[in-house]
Amino acid sequence: MRLSADIHKRIGSFELNVQIKSDASRIGILGASGSGKSMTLRSIAGIEDIDSGRIEAGGKLLYDSASGISLRPQKRRVGYMFQNYALFPTMTVMQNVMAGLKGSREENREKASVMLSRFGLDSYESRLPGELSGGQQQRVALARIMITEPEIILLDEPFSALDGYLRDRMQMEMLEMLEDYTGQVVMVSHSRDELYRFSEELFVLSAGMIIAHGKTRELFRDPQIAEAARLTGCKNISAARVIDSQTAEAVDWGIKFRVSKDIPAGTNYIGYRAHAFEPVWGGMEANCIKTDIVRVDDLPFEKNYYIRTLPGKDPLCWFVQGEEQAVVQEKGIPDYLRLSEDKILFLK
Amino acid sequence: MSAFIDLAQKLDWSPLWISLKTGLVATVISFFLGLWAARKVIKKDVRAKSVIDGILTLPMVLPPTVAGFFLLLIFSRRRPFGIFLNDNFNIQVVHTWLGCILAATVIAFPLMYRNARAAFEQIDANLVYAGRTLGMSELAIFWRIVVPTAGPGIASGTILTFARAMGEYGATSMLAGNIPGKTGTVSQRIAMVIQDGDYAAAGFWVVIVLLIAFAAVFAINMITGKHMKNVRKW
Repeated sequence: MRLSADIHKRIGSFELNVQIKSDASRIGILGASGSGKSMTLRSIAGIEDIDSGRIEAGGKLLYDSASGISLRPQKRRVGYMFQNYALFPTMTVMQNVMAGLKGSREENREKASVMLSRFGLDSYESRLPGELSGGQQQRVALARIMITEPEIILLDEPFSALDGYLRDRMQMEMLEMLEDYTGQVVMVSHSRDELYRFSEELFVLSAGMIIAHGKTRELFRDPQIAEAARLTGCKNISAARVIDSQTAEAVDWGIKFRVSKDIPAGTNYIGYRAHAFEPVWGGMEANCIKTDIVRVDDLPFEKNYYIRTLPGKDPLCWFVQGEEQAVVQEKGIPDYLRLSEDKILFLK
Repeated sequence: MSAFIDLAQKLDWSPLWISLKTGLVATVISFFLGLWAARKVIKKDVRAKSVIDGILTLPMVLPPTVAGFFLLLIFSRRRPFGIFLNDNFNIQVVHTWLGCILAATVIAFPLMYRNARAAFEQIDANLVYAGRTLGMSELAIFWRIVVPTAGPGIASGTILTFARAMGEYGATSMLAGNIPGKTGTVSQRIAMVIQDGDYAAAGFWVVIVLLIAFAAVFAINMITGKHMKNVRKW
């Protein structure tokens, strides 16, 4: 177990009680804003004081309230990338990268030069951060971290300050730049896409607590918890009433459905991803819902249909892409949408 | 014009040098003291902050004569602390240049402290945190990140402090007196020559003070203006 963090902290009415233990080299923390994900990272780095707990990273004990140990951030060897990169505005790129180095100026300059060229920043060394683009600033921030050879790197919403196209590109770049880094990297984000791409293991944080965790891909396939399903992008979630081991009612949608496998015990909600519906033209079949369209959103590469459910409940989202879009174009709006059995998420 | 040159040639220039020297020394002291105090105060919680801030700002809002009264109370050679300084360290404050410096520092210090504090409060705390996670010492973070980033605010605080210290009158006249060539500053000289009815000399000194004051304000505007490029006119 390389990263092991047990963090307890209370601020006003907000309570952070987080446990993260992982051997994975790329760890993701998914949470909405205000869920405590940045606070978790800051606690690991030691720039936020916590009330109690125990934090170990990079084979070193950083904090342990039981034995009164709390290393200063300077001693933790934790690399931290801030959301706004926190480059020192009055220092040049070169000075920024050298800032954390001890020892002789000449050696440091040389080291920094190597790092800058590795990150493709050679020609910017005498620029100020304010004169760089967002993507370049991010590279400087990473170079400044990497040069201090941290045991673990924490990325706090690294792409949220970038827009559209650049964000996609920097995500790829980040993966490349971190390729030969052998330590653990923890990234927090509210973007499931970023974390799906980045992390091997994922922790889902909601209201100061880890509500689900597991291998990223498995967690997206079977989030188990309603809130986790929502955070992984499941648009349709309904309260569920289990009737017998193979029958349940989606209370908000007004449909009953039967499955061949047993419904897991403790199921309180069911979820269904917006892309997973199967359109049905003609007669009603099992596990179907009538398509009573309330609204259509036309997006560049997909159409989003919103389907009436019971009064006062959110409409169902049905997202149609690619070939399916052409089929719907040709045959018209289907009469029913079928929930495919193996794609139904049973949630607590 | 020739009368003006004539006046300048016959003039005793000592008040200008005394004022400049006093202003300079008081500014250097206030600079370090002000940065130090500002750094301490921003780390306090709200209540402690308001109390300490109030005390540190008092000399700026009180009439300088009130500050002078307190300074005399402390440093008079007939009072315990004054006697103590005199007997043990042979230090005299009243009617000495040291008194000039002390009076000017006390009156001008709040300007330095308040400007530095305001500038520190504008700093993105993440810069300090970044310094820490990169392993920089607190001292290095302060002098290499915080102070340069707060540069414009600190610079204008320094200039204001210098201008205020140089022009100090009330507390100085009480503590240091107006001894020509020793504690006689420009502002005291102006008051003195007016009492003598010598309006030409007073006018001469007034022009000099005006020039210095304007240069100071102009310098502040130039320094802070550089960072105001993005401010839109309205």
